[in-house]
Amino acid sequence: MTAHYLVLSGLLFAIGALGVLIRRNAIVVFMCVELMLNACNLAFVTFARQHGNLEGQIIAFFVMVVAAAEVVVGLAIIVTIFRTRRSASVDDANLLKY
Amino acid sequence: MESPVEIVQHTAGGVIGVSWLMIALPLLGAAILLILGRVTNRWGHLLGVAMSLASFVVAVLAFFELIGLPEAQRRQAVHLWEFIPGMVDMGLLIDPLSISFALLITGVGSLIHIYSIGYMAHDSDRRRFFAYLNLFVAAMLLLVLADNYVGLFIGWEGVGLASYLLIGFWQFKPSAAVAAKKAFVVNRVGDFGLLVGMFIIWTSFGTFAFADLGAQVGTASQGTVTAIGLLLLLGACGKSAQLPLQSWLLDAMEGPTPVSALIHAATMVTAGVYLVVRSGAFFFEPGSPQALAVAIVGAATLLAGAIIGCAKDDIKKGLAGSTMSQIGYMMLGAGLGPAGYAFAIGHLITHGFFKADMFLGAGSVMHGMNDEVDMRKYGGLRKYMPLTFATFMVGYLAIIGFPLLSGYFTKDGIIETAVHEQPVLGWLAVLGAGITGFYMSRMVFMTFFGEKRWAEDAHPHESPKVMTIPLIVLSIGSVFLGGYLILSNRLMVFLGPATGRPSDANLPEFHFASTPGLTTLALVAVGAGFAWMRYGKATVPVVAPRGSFLTTFARRDLYGDALNESLFMRPGQWLTRIAVFFDNRGIDGVVNGLAAGIGGTSGRLRRIQTGFARTYALSILIGAALLTGALLLVGNI
Repeated sequence: MTAHYLVLSGLLFAIGALGVLIRRNAIVVFMCVELMLNACNLAFVTFARQHGNLEGQIIAFFVMVVAAAEVVVGLAIIVTIFRTRRSASVDDANLLKY
Repeated sequence: MESPVEIVQHTAGGVIGVSWLMIALPLLGAAILLILGRVTNRWGHLLGVAMSLASFVVAVLAFFELIGLPEAQRRQAVHLWEFIPGMVDMGLLIDPLSISFALLITGVGSLIHIYSIGYMAHDSDRRRFFAYLNLFVAAMLLLVLADNYVGLFIGWEGVGLASYLLIGFWQFKPSAAVAAKKAFVVNRVGDFGLLVGMFIIWTSFGTFAFADLGAQVGTASQGTVTAIGLLLLLGACGKSAQLPLQSWLLDAMEGPTPVSALIHAATMVTAGVYLVVRSGAFFFEPGSPQALAVAIVGAATLLAGAIIGCAKDDIKKGLAGSTMSQIGYMMLGAGLGPAGYAFAIGHLITHGFFKADMFLGAGSVMHGMNDEVDMRKYGGLRKYMPLTFATFMVGYLAIIGFPLLSGYFTKDGIIETAVHEQPVLGWLAVLGAGITGFYMSRMVFMTFFGEKRWAEDAHPHESPKVMTIPLIVLSIGSVFLGGYLILSNRLMVFLGPATGRPSDANLPEFHFASTPGLTTLALVAVGAGFAWMRYGKATVPVVAPRGSFLTTFARRDLYGDALNESLFMRPGQWLTRIAVFFDNRGIDGVVNGLAAGIGGTSGRLRRIQTGFARTYALSILIGAALLTGALLLVGNI
């Protein structure tokens, strides 16, 4: 019964990962990261339901807190980069390399 | 043949009990002069002379105390302290041999100290000079007074150091600095022999003390004793400038003249003879191969030195060649066993006087001639330096063996003993005496006779009294000492307790008209006459003529330096070049190659860091997928 949820979770994660890998816009990449986090959340909750305990649900809350914090920092960085470079493309922010 | 007497431990006090003062006083002088430095500039030379004289006084007192003892007790060992526990007890051995050396070193040494006051008067570094002279005297006394080989070796190295410092005293001259280094390096070769000899002595006998070696030397095999003897001979060759380690002595004349007189004529270079005679009772049994080797080295060197002396225009180098030659005579005597020891030591003592006399005379001439050393620029000096001339003549007559002067008795003693024991070497020594007659006469005629060939600004004048009085004292010794020591075998009987001697019935008699003696005199006369024809009667050219092949041979020190260069120096340079090449290309190649390889690899590896965040994300994803796959494969999930 819970298998559908897990399939959905896997699909969401794959879409998120694909988005992170192929999209250039930092905001979209960011959203895809959120999508992957939420796919994980869904998997956690599903397993909690399947095993009949609460650990998975608790972890999901933790992930949400971390995701919220991440959004705060990440969006701030993206806005700053956009202000200095007039671009939100992740490929343009490539100074840290060999 | 009477063997040496037993060494007895000194018990009662007296001067012998404090004979260490002989070494300590000059050492103290050197320490004060070197440590206090410029503060002592004004009176430093006086302190140096005082310390040397004080040491001489102690030596004289110890000598009289020693001859006051019965013959069987004339070898007194004075224990000082335990130097290396269970191995070396440092002590002094006061016996006729060592006291003879001590008297020569401190006596002639003091005279040369006094002379140096005048000679070095204009040198701003006179105080340092006297410090080194005192250091030398202390080290030389330790060499001859020590009662074991370790003490002897410390003194041996000490005199080497003093010699190095004094040859290079004017180190601002590159030639002096090079000469000092050469003397040091060549001496190292000899010291190597002495050291290895000492190692074998220790492993074979377990002692370094002269007192114990006498009883134990019989326990070793003949081969061991021969090896020790030959190694000690190598050491003696280095210090005494004998073939094949003679090359440093001629260059050593770069030092101030008093140094040449004291160290490179009268005392230090005779240390090799001392070593052979001191070890004679243990390692140089008469008739053994090593004793024969000593005699052969002596005979070869006496000829080589004489030939070199014939061609030198530098008065000091001429005298240096002569020193080599005379030490060759001593070595020859020392190789003949107890019969020759007394004559060798006798010649050593009289040579100390007449050679110091002539070296200081040469210094006096240089002093008056603006430090000119080329004899071709002297000539006719006898009228201008009468005292120097008279004393030099005494030394000259003594060295060529003019009858009844010192050199006549001692050299003739060596020649007669050699002709008796080793006829071939003996007649070579006779020939050498003839050559001596030639080259010494040449020196005298070129310097004091003939017409003036001076440089334009030369104003020869007699040296001050402080320089001439030592000359006079030395020439008195050059006249009388030989006869006193040799006639009625005084020295032989005196040295007997230390070196062994023929029994009373077999003591040699001095023949005034023996065949070798008369031949020697005739050859010397021929040599002197020939020199008169070439350099007295005929005009001496100011610029040295090109000369025959033989002249060049002698001028170049018998190609000794060329031989050393081609045999040791060039191969050594090649060896270092190969080593450098191997270092640069081999070792550096491996190390640098490794570094370059790692650098290149990392240079390529860092290209992975593209700076694209998505690439990193992909690698994280692949990594995670791989990890997950691996865990699945292992089946741990």
